[in-house]
Amino acid sequence: MSATKLSAPEQTVPPRPTPSLRGRTLPKYLPPALLGGSAVVCAAALYLLDRWNPAVWAILAAVLYTAAVTVLSAVVENRRKAVDRLVTSVVYVCFTVAMVPLVSLLWTVLSRGLVRLDGYFLSVSMNGVTPSMDAGGVYHAIVGTLLMTLMAAVISVPIGLMTAVYLVEYGRGRLRQAITFFVDVMTGIPSIVAGLFVVALWILLFGPGHTNGAAGAIALSVLMIPVVVRSCEEMLRLVPNELREASYALGVPKWLTVLKVVLPTALSGLTTGVMLALARVIGETAPLILTAGSSAVSINANLFEGQMMSLPVFIYSQVRMGGAINYERAWAGALTLIIIVMLLFLAARLVSHFFAPKTR
Amino acid sequence: MAKRIDVSGLHVYYGDFLAVENVSMTIEPRSVTAFIGSSGCGKSTFLRTLNRMHEVTPGARVEGKVLLDDQDIYSPDVDPVEVRREVGMVFQRPNPFPTMSIYDNVIAGAKLNNRRLRKSEADDIVERSLRGANLWEEVKDRLDRPGAGLSGGQQQRLCIARAIAVEPSVLLMDEPCSALDPISTLAIEDLIAQLKENYTIVIVTHNMQQAARVSDVTAFFNLAGTGKPGKLIEMGETNKIFTKPEKKETENYITGRFG
Repeated sequence: MSATKLSAPEQTVPPRPTPSLRGRTLPKYLPPALLGGSAVVCAAALYLLDRWNPAVWAILAAVLYTAAVTVLSAVVENRRKAVDRLVTSVVYVCFTVAMVPLVSLLWTVLSRGLVRLDGYFLSVSMNGVTPSMDAGGVYHAIVGTLLMTLMAAVISVPIGLMTAVYLVEYGRGRLRQAITFFVDVMTGIPSIVAGLFVVALWILLFGPGHTNGAAGAIALSVLMIPVVVRSCEEMLRLVPNELREASYALGVPKWLTVLKVVLPTALSGLTTGVMLALARVIGETAPLILTAGSSAVSINANLFEGQMMSLPVFIYSQVRMGGAINYERAWAGALTLIIIVMLLFLAARLVSHFFAPKTR
Repeated sequence: MAKRIDVSGLHVYYGDFLAVENVSMTIEPRSVTAFIGSSGCGKSTFLRTLNRMHEVTPGARVEGKVLLDDQDIYSPDVDPVEVRREVGMVFQRPNPFPTMSIYDNVIAGAKLNNRRLRKSEADDIVERSLRGANLWEEVKDRLDRPGAGLSGGQQQRLCIARAIAVEPSVLLMDEPCSALDPISTLAIEDLIAQLKENYTIVIVTHNMQQAARVSDVTAFFNLAGTGKPGKLIEMGETNKIFTKPEKKETENYITGRFG
């Protein structure tokens, strides 16, 4: 390598003047003012045209605001900032659009469900209640949903978790690829097919006419296992390899490393994954109609004997009866289901919070 | 306690790729041996073969012999788990177990192996190991706090305490100071000087001053060329390697005139 000359080359170009770092900007209060302005203008226009409609008004106001802020910014500021403001507005509009159905759904369920949701509704079954009677409740469906989901979880969590451990810690080559592939395929199974599978299995094992909670739980676990595998696999992969190596370097065998280092480190994530899987199956209707029956009206806490009602099936059968009181029951049942799911998520949050690796 | 390591004709492969070629060396007990060389020359790979940690990487395998005193750690009836209990390791990045307290991190070797310890025994091990790692005074009042809450240098000393708590005879250190500031580095170097009274220490480092400061013997590794395997070029007393190396390559590397 030849010696490099370190002295600076001769200056031929005059030094570039430092460009100004300042520029004109829209005042901070302008965008919100513009938004308010477009809202008022659109409201007034619609009112004058006698075409008042909140949805049309919201859309028009959003479009008007986006256009106004972009044009103003392009005139006053510069091109880059105008694009920034345009994209920002579009992102906010998309977010709002995504929130509309969610808020509307929650509002509808709350307003209609609260009509009937009370202590009485939650604590009695539909035993001896005729469809149009002003009585009856969901207690039997709550019992059924909780028992069947619990049994599905008891079946799916060990199987799913161990499959995930196999895929992450032990699996190599073809077998691992095959399992991953089939887990993906299973994730896409329509839920009614899982129900039909269990119906066929039950006919094979016990003969025709056996509908019970266990059949429903197994149908749910068919749906739940792939979700558990997928989410647990992701969580286990997040555990840094350095921790596994640290454990090996202390002379700890692989199985103890998995059991006592990898799983505890991933525990909070695993809990969240399992809860997501539970939430996925707790609202399943079709497989339960096929396997656990849709006509149970009394409290049945035995998973292995007789039909078992669940909240989604309760909602379905009430809606099918079609009377005003049935709709009320269905909405209250829906609200009950949403509350149960929310409680589950709250529990998962608490578990993740208390088991997450701490630094203080 | 401290044991001698005798390596003869060791080749390391990743699948079909020969990563390190034909290394033979003797590492004396109660000494510090430093491995230096450019990145990717196989010194860390070679270090990991000394306690069979390389087997964690799928497809990695070795040919040749590594004797720990008189036992070949690669003979078929040897359990790698037992080897790692004898030959401990400290990694480049501090990696305390995030779910465990400082106390539990130190006795992790026993706890993870389901070994029952009496409380007094465990307390003894924790204090002795933390004192051995020069960390006791800094953490003795917060042993129940999470290990991940310590500073980087403290975490690394916690990892050293964890490694010496299982009383290995050899301690391998894979660039233990590369993620640390100069003050923490100094603390670890002082610690290495103390530890060598009881352990055989092998340290990989990119920092030549560090190799000169802490080691008795230095081994220089280099690549034969791009895509070629790494090789042991020269090994000898640290003084000699840094003042009068026998090989031109070594001299180029330590004087910074590489290539």
